[in-house]
Amino acid sequence: MSEPNGRGAPEASRRALLEVRDLTVHHGQLRALDHVSLQVFPGEVYAIIGANGAGKSTLLRTIAGLHQPTEGSIVYDGKDVTRVRPERRATSGVVMVPEGRRLFGSLTVEENLQVGATYARKGPWTIERVYELFGWMRERRNQRTAQLSGGEQQSVAIGRALVANPRMLLLDELSLGLAPVVVQRIYAMLPQILAAGLTVLLVEQDVSQALRVATHLQCLLEGHTTLEGRPSDVTPAQVEAAYFGLSGAAAAGPSGEGSQ
Amino acid sequence: MAWVNDIIQGILIGGLYALFACGLSLMFGVMKVVNLAHGDLAIIGGYIAVGVIAVTHIPVLWSFVIVVPLMALLGYVLQRTVIQASLDRSILTTLLVTFGLSVVIENGLLEFVNADSHSLGVGNAIITSSFSIGSQITIPYLLLLIFAVAVVVLLGLQYFLSVSRYGRLIRAVADDKEAAQLSGIDYRHVFGIAAAIAFGTVALAGIAYGMYSQFSPTTGTDTILLFAFAAVVIGGLGSLWGTLLGGVVLGVAQAVGAQINSSDQLLAGYIVFLAVLVFRPQGLVARGAQS
Repeated sequence: MSEPNGRGAPEASRRALLEVRDLTVHHGQLRALDHVSLQVFPGEVYAIIGANGAGKSTLLRTIAGLHQPTEGSIVYDGKDVTRVRPERRATSGVVMVPEGRRLFGSLTVEENLQVGATYARKGPWTIERVYELFGWMRERRNQRTAQLSGGEQQSVAIGRALVANPRMLLLDELSLGLAPVVVQRIYAMLPQILAAGLTVLLVEQDVSQALRVATHLQCLLEGHTTLEGRPSDVTPAQVEAAYFGLSGAAAAGPSGEGSQ
Repeated sequence: MAWVNDIIQGILIGGLYALFACGLSLMFGVMKVVNLAHGDLAIIGGYIAVGVIAVTHIPVLWSFVIVVPLMALLGYVLQRTVIQASLDRSILTTLLVTFGLSVVIENGLLEFVNADSHSLGVGNAIITSSFSIGSQITIPYLLLLIFAVAVVVLLGLQYFLSVSRYGRLIRAVADDKEAAQLSGIDYRHVFGIAAAIAFGTVALAGIAYGMYSQFSPTTGTDTILLFAFAAVVIGGLGSLWGTLLGGVVLGVAQAVGAQINSSDQLLAGYIVFLAVLVFRPQGLVARGAQS
């Protein structure tokens, strides 16, 4: 499963699979992201956390190519992809599971997966393998996805991304609108997915869930980075301060160190 | 018995109207483009057929072999250039642009082929004759042929959309083109394919109309576009079989109107069209797959 820049190598000698440099994105007049940078190395599970409106989804959508940045650049696998169309990014291995699932509602489960596999890269994932990962799916492959529950739809959305054989999987708010037990079940699948040699960049409002799976953490607040590091290196108080924007002495929590 | 005969004629002419309408319905269903140049493009198909027949002397019935691919190519090119460029701005821009296209085509035709009427004489003794059931009912083979073509086209479209790879991509892009992009699909190309198919059916509509009646440069907007709109609205947008039903209802309404008073033919059709818009705006057959 090890890639040329496999996770066995020491971090310093590896090249980032995805690098975002000083990214600024506007929605009309609003500055949604303000000079955000990040580096994701092969094999990592990189989690972006933050409150509503922090710019997390904008960041992921810009990496997928759905928004054009006003400043900054996105480098994937050593190549600048800032101006590359979303469909070309997907076929080169950057595949996103969008917020709200966004399945093709009039298509069946299997047709959704077939669409995902149409321009797939070569790799371990097939529709058959997705059916093995999600046991219930094979029996219900001829159902329209509009008839599935939220959790089932999320699984199909993940499957649709996997069959494209991504190198860099972008997960946007997997937990949105799902019951906690369903969210846990879906996140429990992550190790099996990672075993196939993927790198994951995920956005999550549910901080405890993100902390559980992440190997690297970055917190956004109003378009700025407020905290970055390995989950083991940051304290809950720091995360809380970065998440809510409590700084220094103004912090109401037991520890007001802040993150600046 | 005259009534029965008229209604049967109305049903059969509904096949022609469904042929007018299915390309319009497809382009709206997939790209959300209301193509106001739809009728004029059908007439272009008719003129191309006239030209192709004059040059190659192939039988009128076989002219579609050349005209349909030509129109499909034109559809792909127009979609990838003019129509896509207007879609990138807004849905409203597509209305203005296709209206402009319609005006340009009509005046271009007046300029280059003059205002005289043309038709496509089938020249086949069987096709131009008719058969009788009893003493009152007369059915022209030509109308029966056009109706059959319409059914075959709709069946073919249905089959293509539901089982082929490109059909699946067209449905996916119609559902959510951004999600399709995330799956690596260039929706602009898929739009082009859908437009090519729509223009292919438009070519068939133009040829069928030319065999059935006479056409001139203005026939596209004053007849074909209006009837296509009426059939689509009556049947229900996005539903292929609704399109056939819409065509048939329009045809029957016109036939019944004509029976009451020959000047009421068109009026009766539009009254039904208006009634459907008011009382059942989703059309007689609502699209089940809408998400």
